[in-house]
Amino acid sequence: MKAALARWRDSDVWHSFRRSPTAIVAAVIAALCLFCSLFAPWVAPHNPFDLATLNLEASRLPPAWMDGGHPSHLLGTDDQGRDILSALFYGARISLLVGLASVLLSLVVGVALGLLAGFVGGAVDAFIMRVCDVMLSFPSILVALLIDGVGRAIFPDAHDTLAFGVLIFAIALTGWVQYARTVRGSTLVERQREYVQAARVIGVAPLRIMARHVLPNVMGPVLVLATIQVAAAILTEATLSFLGVGVPPTSPSLGTLIRTGNDTLFSGDWWITIFPGLMLVLIALSVNLLGDWLRDALNPKLQ
Amino acid sequence: MSDTPPLLEVKDLVVEFPTRRGTLRALDHVAFTIAPGEILGVVGESGAGKSLTGAAIIGLLEPPGRIAGGEIRLRGERIDGLPADRLRRIRGKRIGAIFQDPLTSLNPLFTVGQQLVETIRAHLPLSEAEARERAIGLLAQTGIPAPEARFGQYPHQFSGGMRQRVVIALALAAEPELIVADEPTTALDVSIQAQVIALLKRLARERGTAVMLVTHDMGVIAETCDRVAVLYAGRVAEIGPVAEVIHRPAHPYTRGLMGSIPAVDEDRDELLQIDGAMPRLNALPAGCAFHPRCPAAHARCTHERPELMPAGATRAACWMVQAEVPR
Amino acid sequence: MVAFIVRRLVQAVIVMLTVAFLAFMLFQYVGDPVAQMLGQDATQEQREALQRDLGLDQPFPVQFARFVGNAVQGEFGLSLRQGRQVSTLIAERFPATLELSLAAAVIALVVGVPLGVYAALRRGRFGAQAVMTLSLLGVSLPTFLIGILLILVFSVQLQWLPSFGRGETVALFGSTSWTTGLLTLDGWAHLVLPAVTLSVFQLALILRLVRAEMLEVLRTDYIKFARARGLSDRAIHFRHALKNTLVPVITITGLQLGSLIAFAIITETVFQWPGMGFLFIQAVQFADIPVMAAYLCLIALVFVVVNLVVDLLYFVVDPRLRVEKPGGP
Repeated sequence: MKAALARWRDSDVWHSFRRSPTAIVAAVIAALCLFCSLFAPWVAPHNPFDLATLNLEASRLPPAWMDGGHPSHLLGTDDQGRDILSALFYGARISLLVGLASVLLSLVVGVALGLLAGFVGGAVDAFIMRVCDVMLSFPSILVALLIDGVGRAIFPDAHDTLAFGVLIFAIALTGWVQYARTVRGSTLVERQREYVQAARVIGVAPLRIMARHVLPNVMGPVLVLATIQVAAAILTEATLSFLGVGVPPTSPSLGTLIRTGNDTLFSGDWWITIFPGLMLVLIALSVNLLGDWLRDALNPKLQ
Repeated sequence: MSDTPPLLEVKDLVVEFPTRRGTLRALDHVAFTIAPGEILGVVGESGAGKSLTGAAIIGLLEPPGRIAGGEIRLRGERIDGLPADRLRRIRGKRIGAIFQDPLTSLNPLFTVGQQLVETIRAHLPLSEAEARERAIGLLAQTGIPAPEARFGQYPHQFSGGMRQRVVIALALAAEPELIVADEPTTALDVSIQAQVIALLKRLARERGTAVMLVTHDMGVIAETCDRVAVLYAGRVAEIGPVAEVIHRPAHPYTRGLMGSIPAVDEDRDELLQIDGAMPRLNALPAGCAFHPRCPAAHARCTHERPELMPAGATRAACWMVQAEVPR
Repeated sequence: MVAFIVRRLVQAVIVMLTVAFLAFMLFQYVGDPVAQMLGQDATQEQREALQRDLGLDQPFPVQFARFVGNAVQGEFGLSLRQGRQVSTLIAERFPATLELSLAAAVIALVVGVPLGVYAALRRGRFGAQAVMTLSLLGVSLPTFLIGILLILVFSVQLQWLPSFGRGETVALFGSTSWTTGLLTLDGWAHLVLPAVTLSVFQLALILRLVRAEMLEVLRTDYIKFARARGLSDRAIHFRHALKNTLVPVITITGLQLGSLIAFAIITETVFQWPGMGFLFIQAVQFADIPVMAAYLCLIALVFVVVNLVVDLLYFVVDPRLRVEKPGGP
């Protein structure tokens, strides 16, 4: 373990990270957002979803630095008296949870299918690749919407948890293809290597050996993909929630917040929409920057 | 040597690569000359710096590589460090280049004719029709049959050897005085290599074009070149007329190289090898770069770097040469 | 070449049939059409009568064939939400979405390609870095947020441009369904914000793609050889490199048109643009299966046609695909 850490510290990737101000800033921002959202109940000044603490008198307050603002509600309140700043943290929590969960799901499924396609080959491989092609030509929003719509039709009185499950599944379905392709490519290459043939002869399960050799090779691109996909997943979830077909209204994400704020946009209460929007962009941008930097850092051609 | 001034003169050329772990010196005070119409071979192992020398001469060193010292003179004028547009006018018109892989040297989306004509018209004030004539003529001279038909074809419609002929035609299009040929036959079938090399030699002789032929193939050098320079670890180990360097090498490295080439009429049980390997650029020995592998090394070699010194009919960078009498 | 076209056509038909199958499954098994049409208190006889009418008692392949036959004629039944013919609904909305998508595609190309070339050629300089950062922002901003921001600035604060609807439209070719907003100034004013909103994501993608491709091309041997032949920078960048860059970009852009139409769903919702996307969202919210199924089939058709056109375009543009044998030693 210590040897691995020492190797990491000396590696090109760490060095390039330290040299790149954007990467550092992006990582810090992303970490901050992650922290605030995961620990929202302790970090947020109020709990906007505890009905007992809501005060309708304090509704539609502008941010603290504007006329009529109040220091205890730094970013103002919405039309129900909920503190925007706190809603940001709680909302980000939902957004991040959904985003991370769906990426994890699509990663596992994609890597598994890629290994399967590359290793077994033949008809299985061809079939999986066909499916990939078809899925790739459908934009993610459409797939997510369809799954969600179908889910609604099948389970009209769904529980909240089920709604989350359908949502995570829908977003995951849009992302697995990239992993499958990358892993399949690597698997095909490794499969030709002699040690796999040798292992077959000896009788060792080649799958185990390939997993030990293919996976390390493929970790780099998969990591880059995952990072970029986290940003995309968060944005997809926000879009779906904004459209009203995402997270259930009892657990609002940033997208839901923007949606509710949209209704009051024309009356001039811009902060209800803008701040959740800013938070969303901040998270997506910092994750995208990290992903961009990571891709360049791991790209051997640019060394 | 004759009294005519050299066409190309390279003096103390230093090429460096700044990296994260320090600056690597890829060429260390390389020096040679090429006379007008002469064919100079530049030979050495992979990584010795042969291609870099060619790239530095035509001003196409890939960043972060850069010329850190020395001079390159074309007919007396310095060409290293020229501003970009002046360098561009020299390229093609006065110095042509041929690269290793003919498949990737040609743009697949343009016909051979289009690429020839644009090159011709970039350097010579010819009309479209005149340039076309000239291009077809060039194709014919490089031995491509049915040149009018071939003019309108795309690179992928040519075989490997034919493509390299097209590349040669392109390099000669503006009548340069010198051609830098970087491993022009390495990517070709053995049966084609001889044809292409013979073509290059014939065309160069006919037009009086000098050639700097970079290769690792001593057979090609022996067949084609007038003089040869042997590079080792970014330095010139030995330079001289081809026959001399091959049959009476003065530098221990050259001797090792020549000794390791089997001859058909010889009777040997095993091939001679030089122990060890060429050092990496970040681990160059002090003094003479070859001394760790040299059978004749002594104390001076380990800390003092030898310059090129006369050694019979050649010049070699070796301290041993001083003490020897002609063999 | 003919063989290629035939092969692609066959593939296209297979894809369409698969999609039709999925849509058919939606119809059959999601929800109960009979219950939906008759309500909960229908008698058994009424149910059976309706089943016969709808052909639900026929064997599976027959029902599927009927479905496909109907689909090909654009017949998808009635919308569960509005009670009107699905085909009429879609026909009314299609022109609006098409205009929006095309306008966005044009913006994305006209702005994205030159900026991408600029970012590649001036790599490392401040201008190029700024462009790349902006493009990253473009990919990090969700489409709906861009729409909201634009509305906030241009409609609410500045009051320059309208924020919803399509404005005045003119019926074309004497038909009642094909309307266009491009013939009125008001129509254009309404088109600006939604088109810009829709184009941002695509623009950023095209920009980054063009830049990456161009950088790759500039590293190739043939560009190096072109330089060694003394060709001018202009010739190298804009004759050679640009042409090589645009070939793969064409295909990707063509494929993006399909995703534009899908992203239009979001834009239409934000701006209340009366297109198919807006219709689709309402269908999803309402679980209006016929509309969803029809939309799915139509989108699949658009994709398949676009893919086919792009493949053919490749033939025109890349001489290597017009297979001919090399000759000579």
